[in-house]
Amino acid sequence: MHEMALCEGIVEIVEEEARRRSFSRVKTVCLEIGALSHVAPEAMKFCFAAVAARTIANGAVIKVVELPGVAWCMACSRSVEIAQRCEPCPCCGSYQLQVTAGEEMRVKELEVD
Amino acid sequence: MCTVCGCSEGTPSIERADAQSAQTQGHHHDHTHDHCGHHHDHRHCGQKMHDSQNHYHGHDHHHDHSGQHAQRGGALGDCGADPAGLKIAGMSSERVIQIERDVLGKNNRIAADNRARFLADDLLVFNLVSSPGAGKTSLLVRAVSELKGSRPVGVIEGDQQTSNDADRIRATGVPAIQINTGKGCHLDAAMVGEAYRRLPPLKGGILFIENVGNLVCPAAFDLGEACKIVVFSTPDGEDKPLKYPDMFAASSLMLINKIDLAPVIDFDLAQTIEYARRVNPNIEVLTVSARTGEGFAALYAWIRKQAAYQRRPVQDALR
Repeated sequence: MHEMALCEGIVEIVEEEARRRSFSRVKTVCLEIGALSHVAPEAMKFCFAAVAARTIANGAVIKVVELPGVAWCMACSRSVEIAQRCEPCPCCGSYQLQVTAGEEMRVKELEVD
Repeated sequence: MCTVCGCSEGTPSIERADAQSAQTQGHHHDHTHDHCGHHHDHRHCGQKMHDSQNHYHGHDHHHDHSGQHAQRGGALGDCGADPAGLKIAGMSSERVIQIERDVLGKNNRIAADNRARFLADDLLVFNLVSSPGAGKTSLLVRAVSELKGSRPVGVIEGDQQTSNDADRIRATGVPAIQINTGKGCHLDAAMVGEAYRRLPPLKGGILFIENVGNLVCPAAFDLGEACKIVVFSTPDGEDKPLKYPDMFAASSLMLINKIDLAPVIDFDLAQTIEYARRVNPNIEVLTVSARTGEGFAALYAWIRKQAAYQRRPVQDALR
């Protein structure tokens, strides 16, 4: 459900950019979404179509660039890639991991007319 | 609620400062699913779709440029209209704009404003999150009753509907404001900022925000709190932290409620803590019973410790 609120945030960003940069149509909204963020990319695409209706973003296609989850393993003192939270370090099996990347939810770029 | 996408027909409403009951506003949500000019290619549905980074799929993507094509990838790969709206015949106005903006940026800015106000008011703010029925309100009723003698205490209650929880808090003599989120699944920073304006002054005290009972959505939304406290109740099942990791990752304290039921239901405390620390190695754990009062002294000691942490930077700045 919170994907709806996040998509409303995306539409607001698009509307602000449209005022600043004078475009009237958005063809593509490119998002960067981390593997450990709070959203499922498919849910974002699904919700966006509904939220964007009757806004400048109506009809825009959502593209998602997925960013990997990265954590610092305190046991092996190195950076490791993890697909989701509560996964152990792929090298040593420890759960002593500090997430360092993969929580991103960013509007990266817009393709506009 | 729209049964297609789950979007909201209800708008949030926040009680007036003098409110004794929730106010529900009528709301007309004009909502259509007209995807004109826009195709959804759902051939990939149901399976993991993003196997690698930079994998754009399914969307047939056309650039119909009848004239020259400017280089893409710059800050403004413009090939037609400029920001002033000028167009050159025969040239398309398509361009790619790099913006790099956080989807939660607006909420995070409002949360930062809330946090600044709370610090200025020397107010310690906790955001309580849990699944529905874990006992957040019962826990708060006991805590605010026992804390109100020593400092100002206030509560912001979040629920989809009713002011039942705020009524229970107000019955203790502590001020409370109910936010009804309508169909919304979480509190956001703007709602909390507005509710805080409607509370009486709480300078030097504690504000508890009881979020909507939901172990998923509230994890993403910073409200300006000092920290999140996830309330877990023993009948929830030991593996809740593994099932809902985002919330346990976002919280500083796991407060295990209904500990008096532990022997009856063979609750495995060690296993629960082990699961929670798989998700968040730094999470602190306390056990309480809102019914018997067990463990509350340790909770108050933890709250005093948080107050000391929060004041330290202020004291350092004053020095």
